[in-house]
Amino acid sequence: MIHGMGFGALYLMACSGALVELYLHYRKPLGPETLVENERFLTVYLTVMAVLAWLTVLSGAYIIYPWYRAAPPAGTANLAAFPQRLLLSSPSTSGWHSIGMEWKEHVAWLAPISITMAAAVFARHGRNLRNQPQLRSAVLAFVWISLLAAGIAGFFGATINKHAPVEGGATIRLMQGATK
Amino acid sequence: MTNQSSSPSVSARDFPNGGGAAALLAAGIGSFLVAIFAILGDQSASLKSLLSLYRPTGPLSGVTTCAIIGWLIAWLFLHRAWRERNLAMGRVSAVALALLLLGLLLTFPPIADLF
Repeated sequence: MIHGMGFGALYLMACSGALVELYLHYRKPLGPETLVENERFLTVYLTVMAVLAWLTVLSGAYIIYPWYRAAPPAGTANLAAFPQRLLLSSPSTSGWHSIGMEWKEHVAWLAPISITMAAAVFARHGRNLRNQPQLRSAVLAFVWISLLAAGIAGFFGATINKHAPVEGGATIRLMQGATK
Repeated sequence: MTNQSSSPSVSARDFPNGGGAAALLAAGIGSFLVAIFAILGDQSASLKSLLSLYRPTGPLSGVTTCAIIGWLIAWLFLHRAWRERNLAMGRVSAVALALLLLGLLLTFPPIADLF
């Protein structure tokens, strides 16, 4: 819920907002005061988006995904608590894992990489991007691809969860203290 | 560092674009590395095990960690080399976008499985 609806969906909405804002920022002439204020806002906005994107992929990979790929004990007949194995157990659902999840788990990482770059370039260049149309267009293209990557990941995440809900599993022990 | 800029006099209009170019190309490299490490992780059981840095997440942990480290190293290296230069952005943008699109396509399992 937090991974998908909290971070992921918020990122997708913020992405479309960033695309509009970046487009308008370089399209219309702005007064010096508006420009400074607008630049500060956009820098913070893109930085928050980058943080959101990283939170989404990290929570997905290190909290949700271990539940998803958990292996059932030998002889388990009911695979309801083991989403990956449940999907792979039937030819009619195996594609959701072998194409959907396998694409989602990798393509999602293109979003934080792209938006971190966009935030860094905007923070460094700001208004000077007006004089760098090729750099500006390339940054915008990366933001578009980041939206696409996040969209692919979000679509498969939501659809896979319809077929094999990921509802948590056994506690994952990171460290084990010595017993006295 | 020596300034090897093709436009050494930096005015407000000619603010060196090297820093932006470095970030852009590094992002392309990082995206491409995600796909390359994902394909490598699928190639053999030993590589898969080597990339399983965090067992519950499996090879995905190593694939993404290696790609991120590669991205950050590329960014640092390119930034140091280009930060005071003005580069022809056409070629840098084209290479960065090509790498990003390759990353997008090569992560698609039916294409990745061709390798």
